[in-house]
Amino acid sequence: MIGGLFIYNHKGEVLISRVYRDDIGCLSTPYPSWERNAVDAFRVNVIHARQQVRSPVTNIARTSFFHVKRSNIWLAAVTKQNVNAAMVFEFLYKMCDVMTAYFSKISEENIKNNFVLIYELLDEILDFGYPQNSESGALKTFITQQGIKSQVRDKDEQSQITSQVTGQIGWRREGIKYRRNELFLDVLESVNLLMSPQGQVLSAHVSGRVVMKSYLSGMPECKFGMNDKIVIDKQQGKGATSDDSAKSGKQSIAIDDCTFHQCVRLSKFDSERSISFIPPDGDYELMRYRTTKDIILPFRVIPLVREVGRTKLEVKVVIKSNFKASLLAQKIEVRIPTPLNTSGVQVICMKGKAKYKASDNAIVWKIKRMAGMKESQISAEIELLPTNEKKKWTRPPISMNFEVPFAPSGLKVRYLKVFESKLNYSDHDVIKWVRYIGRSGIYETRC
Amino acid sequence: MTDSKYFTTNKKGEIFELKAELNNEKKEKRKEAVKKVIAAMTVGKDVSSLFPDVVNCMQTDNLELKKLVYLYLMNYAKSQPDMAIMAVNSFVKDCEDPNPLIRALAVRTMGCIRVDKITEYLCEPLRKCLKDEDPYVRKTAAVCVAKLHDINAQMVEDQGFLDSLRDLIADSNPMVVANAVAALSEISESHPNSNLLDLNPQNINKLLTALNECTEWGQIFILDCLSNYNPKDEREAQSICERVTPRLSHANSAVVLSAVKVLMKFLELLPKESDYYNTLLKKLSPPLVTLLSGEPEVQYVALRNINLIVQKRPEILKQEIKVFFVKYNDPIYVKLEKLDIMIRLASQANIAQVLAELKEYATEVDVDFVRKAVRAIGRCAIKVEQSAERCVSTLLDLIQTKVNYVVQEAIVVIRDIFRKYPNKYESIIATLCENLDSLDEPDARAAMIWIVGEYAERIDNADELLESFLEGFHDESTQVQLTLLTAIVKLFLKKPSETQELVQQVLSLATQDSDNPDLRDRGYIYWRLLSTDPVTAKEVVLSEKPLISEETDLIEPTLLDELICHIGSLASVYHKPPNAFVEGSHGIHRKHLPIQHSRSGATTSVIPSQGDLLGDLLNLDLGPPVNVPQVSSMQMGAVDLLGGGLDSLVGDKILLITTCSTLQSAELVLFFMYLIVVWLPAVKAKGLEICGTFSRRQGHMYMDMTFTNKALQHMSDFAIQFNKNSFGMIPTSPLPIHTPLMPSQTIEVSLPLNTIGPVMKMDPLNNLQVAVKNNIDVFYFSGLIPLNIFFVEDGKMERQVFLATWKDIPTRMNCSTRLRNTVSGKLQSNNIYTIAKRNVEGQDMLYQSLKLTNGIWILAELRIQPGNPNYTVRELPQRLSLSNRGISCFLTFPFALDQGSPTFLNLRATSWVLSHTTGTPFDTLF
Repeated sequence: MIGGLFIYNHKGEVLISRVYRDDIGCLSTPYPSWERNAVDAFRVNVIHARQQVRSPVTNIARTSFFHVKRSNIWLAAVTKQNVNAAMVFEFLYKMCDVMTAYFSKISEENIKNNFVLIYELLDEILDFGYPQNSESGALKTFITQQGIKSQVRDKDEQSQITSQVTGQIGWRREGIKYRRNELFLDVLESVNLLMSPQGQVLSAHVSGRVVMKSYLSGMPECKFGMNDKIVIDKQQGKGATSDDSAKSGKQSIAIDDCTFHQCVRLSKFDSERSISFIPPDGDYELMRYRTTKDIILPFRVIPLVREVGRTKLEVKVVIKSNFKASLLAQKIEVRIPTPLNTSGVQVICMKGKAKYKASDNAIVWKIKRMAGMKESQISAEIELLPTNEKKKWTRPPISMNFEVPFAPSGLKVRYLKVFESKLNYSDHDVIKWVRYIGRSGIYETRC
Repeated sequence: MTDSKYFTTNKKGEIFELKAELNNEKKEKRKEAVKKVIAAMTVGKDVSSLFPDVVNCMQTDNLELKKLVYLYLMNYAKSQPDMAIMAVNSFVKDCEDPNPLIRALAVRTMGCIRVDKITEYLCEPLRKCLKDEDPYVRKTAAVCVAKLHDINAQMVEDQGFLDSLRDLIADSNPMVVANAVAALSEISESHPNSNLLDLNPQNINKLLTALNECTEWGQIFILDCLSNYNPKDEREAQSICERVTPRLSHANSAVVLSAVKVLMKFLELLPKESDYYNTLLKKLSPPLVTLLSGEPEVQYVALRNINLIVQKRPEILKQEIKVFFVKYNDPIYVKLEKLDIMIRLASQANIAQVLAELKEYATEVDVDFVRKAVRAIGRCAIKVEQSAERCVSTLLDLIQTKVNYVVQEAIVVIRDIFRKYPNKYESIIATLCENLDSLDEPDARAAMIWIVGEYAERIDNADELLESFLEGFHDESTQVQLTLLTAIVKLFLKKPSETQELVQQVLSLATQDSDNPDLRDRGYIYWRLLSTDPVTAKEVVLSEKPLISEETDLIEPTLLDELICHIGSLASVYHKPPNAFVEGSHGIHRKHLPIQHSRSGATTSVIPSQGDLLGDLLNLDLGPPVNVPQVSSMQMGAVDLLGGGLDSLVGDKILLITTCSTLQSAELVLFFMYLIVVWLPAVKAKGLEICGTFSRRQGHMYMDMTFTNKALQHMSDFAIQFNKNSFGMIPTSPLPIHTPLMPSQTIEVSLPLNTIGPVMKMDPLNNLQVAVKNNIDVFYFSGLIPLNIFFVEDGKMERQVFLATWKDIPTRMNCSTRLRNTVSGKLQSNNIYTIAKRNVEGQDMLYQSLKLTNGIWILAELRIQPGNPNYTVRELPQRLSLSNRGISCFLTFPFALDQGSPTFLNLRATSWVLSHTTGTPFDTLF
């Protein structure tokens, strides 16, 4: 298990050091000699290494160092055993989450300002190197920056804390109250595409996340439904009317794989494919998913490159928006790569602004907004310096960035039902907001 | 509140000032002072001299201050054990505190203070805390037992804490269960009894229930523990898998990977043809792909593991090659790993895509990555034959880029392609030669020189090219020097007329001016060869080279299986077994994949004598025989007896033991295979190791051998010869090893045998003396042939003949042996035929016949007691009639040894005891 945990600043100075295991060194006078050695070894071999980091796991003198970096802060976990490596990294991420939850940004200043708090947290969430409950919601009930006077708390309150920390719903504390029960659902997708010059899709996939912000009282039981093909097919199988199937059946989507926040009951998902949970309070990521079938590609890029002699290139690129005319895409950017020996570029575009950026070897064409079912065009003449190199220009793909107000995977939230039996509000009283944002991931067309 | 100020003080009299502040009357001041002490401790200052002052602050009702003091204590208690005792009272008091958080804090901290005196005081509070009413305290106490075990293992056992921990597995709170599991798992790693957890179906059920309810970390502990369990049958394995699969949708990648580990292990137990097996394989792929959309560090861990999974079960991800395509923004460590997996998944179906990608990568910036991409193209060419041409043209394109390291790497892989596909792509040599001057790395220079030498006859100016290297001969690395020497000798042998001068020059450089013994030796050998016998020289130097293998960097299968058991852990990241990087007692138990239990009824009753007979079974390194025919333990025992030099104890029992073990496995494998025995250890044979076994397949006998070259030089010119032996056994063909055996290479050969050779009685009878020759020396070894490979298919005697023959056998030689019931069918598959069966005095009598290759018939009477099906082998010798020891079978033998027509001209019965101590001289039989 984890033998020790250290936080360094960008210079390699130790801000926090907490040792859990003797095996990683003797903790005797004057100051744990091993620890210092390990601290130095990591600094010399990783933080001060000239080369780019070649691996997030480093083995120095039979001691393994796991590190993650947040801005210019290094978090390193150290061990001499055959630990679960995935767990160590997940823990380090969690540690970052917890710190962010307590003091927002992870920076040297914030860490120094909160070092007592961090030690307290480390004592709680890692015991003998074993990660313990690390949900910030629960931790905040008994580890506060103000410091708790032990006798102030009455017995009920104490046992409530402990039952939550050890309980089945460690991510939510009891007794949360809101005057207005409200929840926000964001479906955030990034659509990835590689297309051939002829317009053939070489690979396309959407990776999406459902992010939820919940302000709900009590311990609400939630049920989330989306147009998952498996669920909808199952319902139709149960003898739904033909109207129903016409309504929902067509628009169901096949989800390749999904993962859930730990609040979701996985066995229930596995058996019934229903997503039920008691949500954490506030912001969290409910699920991630991946789809590859029937993706709506918001934009199509049609490139035309013509070589005129040896010193000139003519490039014409047409982009077509392929979604409902009533919707607006934003932050559109098209990057058209140019050869290394470009000497000058003349651009004409119908819409937006286009510029040749010599440092990037590309023409960057930006359009602020574009409605659906439209098309726009850019043409450019590229002057080339004559070179004696025989090597042909390899023509990197044209890439694109954009943001659209719908989910390219076709995912639709069908419902999010909230049940809270003890408190006096029903599903209808909850104000729910749903938003879809589709962004470009790696969206490339070869030319 | 800004605490950063505590980091800034660094005055000289700091310690003194702190001391004063720690003793200040005001609480707030004291707290400030302790914070300063901790800050100083963090940055590495020695503040141990403040120990008494800090401990004085411990008696406080301020939890925050208390935690700080505890933190200090944990760091310095060991250096001041006597002072640390001062804190004990406070700890013990806190363990009784009404606040569960404080009780837990006290017991948690006490466990971290590694001072014997304090540990003694820990026992009582710990015992109470393990039974505390509050789950928070219990879960902390569970981990504390592991801490205590680390300090004083004996005390933990004596105090019965292990039992208390085991009780916690049934706790109502899932987190307590999880921590108890974690603690027990850790303790059992260094504990002689590796099954401390007592994993039985009930406990497993409890764990599976807790799995659904505990935190993500708890799920990891439980899954890691589950993976150590060996389900008793496929039904149990399947039901566990069913309850583990939902975890594959967890957002925590460690939970997913641990679940994958459990499933990968238990897959071994599921029958391949079952629907569930295939469903499970399908379910494994999406979560593995999803892991690649996580943060880069987790991606890296996932990729290292996928690398193992792809080697073990390529079918899981064979459709998913696209997800391993490198993204521009991936960190370099992710890129390199993806590249590795791409090559493993490359196949004819996807090679076009893969090549297109690899070509992209070869134009990237990172030098290591580009080199690896170029190497990958070469590996694709070698792996997928159909793509070789495309790969070569891609490599040529890359050479045209003139990027120095790309060119060099390309030339190295092209050499390998030439080796794999000789006489196919030599047309490109001209292009390669253009780049001769730009090569500055030894690998690339050596590769180029090798190519020039190998194809000297097609390169007009080969002599000039090689001569150009000769100028700086002494500055070259050894590798280049050796290659250059060989290349020039090759050139000379191909074009002797023009290159005499050149070869003399290089020979004198190598022999007279060099300090390197390898180089000198090789130089002298060539020199002598060339001067004495140019024809032989040609044969030697220009001999045909063995083809290179396709998969070069596969992980060795036993290691792979072990690593599969460690999925998700550091071992799987390093691709090394834990003992390679873990010190001390942790991980003393090596992990194996579970072995599929045979599903036939035959193994349900085990011959009881197993333990006695097969005492040294444990010494056999069984390894995990995963897909090989199932070998029951009984067989292994038999093999061990046969191979391990028959000592006096068991010499007589060969036949029967082999027969019995055959019975055990007859339903599974028709003709069982013997486990492999090392015949010739490497130390005795200058690095050559031969292990092997005899077998009979489809009526033919074979000697199956594995040759391993453990020396540093290659071996060639293998030949084998048998000494005269009892059965006239000789090989029917020469040893089928045609290619030199490279260092650390292994080759498996199957040598067909027959029995038409010269006969001489051996002692023991089934002894076989073998001589093996190679280019280094001649080596001798002897092995024992299991008799049943001589049992021929037509050993079924006519009933009448049998009866007549049987009667002619003098009764005094009669001897009975007993075997289990319903054996005849199983015997038959080993060519032992049942001729008649009758019931005498409540016993079944089976009359058996079998025939050896040399035409000797063996008749046997088997007496079976119905009420005693497990009649043991051990008791056999008591019933012997002729010899005092050993089984005896009665045998008659034909006068003529004509195998085609066994005519019983002169029936004479003689006892032939299968014993090296009492056997009658064999040759007197004729």
